[in-house]
Amino acid sequence: MRMPIYQKLTFYALLVVSAFLVFAPAIIALSMSFMSNQEIMMGNWLPSSLTLDNYVHVLENSRLLHFFINSLIVSLVIMLGQLTLSSLSAYAFVFINFKGRDLLFFIFIATMMVPFEASIIPNFQTIRDLGWMNTYSGLTIPFFAMAFGTFLLRQSFKQIPKELKEASEIAGIGDWKFFLTVVLPMAKSSIVTLGVYGFLTSWNMYLWPLLATTDDTTRTVQIGLRQLQSQEQLNDWGMIMAGAIIVVLPTLILLFLGQKKLQQGLAEGALK
Amino acid sequence: MTEFVIQSEQAYAKVWNKARKRQRLHSFLKGLLFLLPSILLFSVFLFYPLAKTIYLSFYLTDASGATTVYVGLENYKQLFISPIFQKSLEVTFLFVVYTVPGTIVISLFLALLANEKLKGIGIFRTIFSSTMGISVAAASVFWMFLFHPTIGWLNQMLATFGVDSIGWLTDPDWALFSVSISTIWMNIGFTFLILLGGLQSIDRYLYESADIDGAGYFYKLRRITIPMLSPTLFFVITVSFINAFQTFGQVDMLTRGGPQNETNVIVYSIYQEAFMNYKHGAASAQAIILFILILLLTFIQFKLGERKVHYQ
Repeated sequence: MRMPIYQKLTFYALLVVSAFLVFAPAIIALSMSFMSNQEIMMGNWLPSSLTLDNYVHVLENSRLLHFFINSLIVSLVIMLGQLTLSSLSAYAFVFINFKGRDLLFFIFIATMMVPFEASIIPNFQTIRDLGWMNTYSGLTIPFFAMAFGTFLLRQSFKQIPKELKEASEIAGIGDWKFFLTVVLPMAKSSIVTLGVYGFLTSWNMYLWPLLATTDDTTRTVQIGLRQLQSQEQLNDWGMIMAGAIIVVLPTLILLFLGQKKLQQGLAEGALK
Repeated sequence: MTEFVIQSEQAYAKVWNKARKRQRLHSFLKGLLFLLPSILLFSVFLFYPLAKTIYLSFYLTDASGATTVYVGLENYKQLFISPIFQKSLEVTFLFVVYTVPGTIVISLFLALLANEKLKGIGIFRTIFSSTMGISVAAASVFWMFLFHPTIGWLNQMLATFGVDSIGWLTDPDWALFSVSISTIWMNIGFTFLILLGGLQSIDRYLYESADIDGAGYFYKLRRITIPMLSPTLFFVITVSFINAFQTFGQVDMLTRGGPQNETNVIVYSIYQEAFMNYKHGAASAQAIILFILILLLTFIQFKLGERKVHYQ
């Protein structure tokens, strides 16, 4: 149905105002990251000139770049680990018939009810006793097993016709080969969704990296930002904002590229 | 002769049974093999620690977290007479009350707007979902500035209207409210994205037939959109509740639990007790209470949801 023009205008007005309100905190931060401290103190809204001094300053005077690389490694490793483990378990739940499968699936789903905080103290002790403090292993391996990911991929594997599996069995193709050459390529879109989701959540992780790092070796960018902010007595807001912008850049870009996919994927996982 | 046939049939059945058993065992082992990595990691980083947390909650511990004295339910008893823990529970509940309805209502409003088929709607969708890509740490930095007592935007705006400035994060009456506002902002992106997905999966046909009947926008909203969206709404409400109970990052960045414990939500309280006061036993008791609260909540919501939610 054609929308009347006044209704259209109302929608656009509401959209623009909401977009402005939602985006304001980020825009203000972006604008400040180009301002000198003097300008910020004077309460200016827009920078008088686009200076990159704050960015140069934060990269030179803090270890943000080092933390950035750490975060990149940690997020990629978690993402790959989650994809591997989730797809393996989803395969077992869809294509292999065995006794106790339903019970195991129920246990997997039940793990979603356990908040990470309820196990964080013993996990901290485990990491410490294994000598995994300040290592990439300590930051990544605890997050590899993922009920939500298994669930999401199980939904997508179920769309693959059972006849394909039967045909492959007759042709003498084993499970491993069927998994790698048929199932994974056919579920590509869900795998990408889960990958984006995994990367986003790992990049933004806060509590665990705070506990599992005590020095700069493997510290992630989020905790680096916390350090930067707690030294805020310098009142160098421009520099802090430049740091924050650097921190959100990768995830924002990823979100802009993958928003549509993510939305479909998450809605599917949530509803089925 | 007949004897011979029966015998061979029996032998055949035996072999067949044996083969079937072997086949079964084979697929059982294969299934486990595929599941092994996940089961292993769940055991080490989820089931074992959960049991260990329960165990620790009955003990006093030394500075390294090793158990020293068995005290039974003493840790729990202490918690329920501790004014700080009671405050923490109260703050957590208030925080849930402030953030969950706010997040849902705003995100639903945005999702309804962004679901219209208009030119350039993609840009608005991207903007509305953008806060999902902004980490707690970065978002807290953004808001810390907005809340800044002198140069922050919020107080500057109040000043232009001639209103006295507010100590957003330093005034005990305002701190929790301020943290809640920033939290709502952080949660909008994810909630919006899920709700938009739900809206888009509603059958267009329903709207077309309503249009033929000449139904207005709000009638369609009340009679079609909300009922059809109820499973998605139910899901995001549950997730928002659980997220609110698990809040930590913004409290750590913005207020460190202060002023006067006014923002000391339960996870922050666990963190302080375990990793700053080194009382792993007492902190474990708090963690178990958090676990039970979340479990109860999910359970209640599922019971209620079963009746109220309309499934297609």
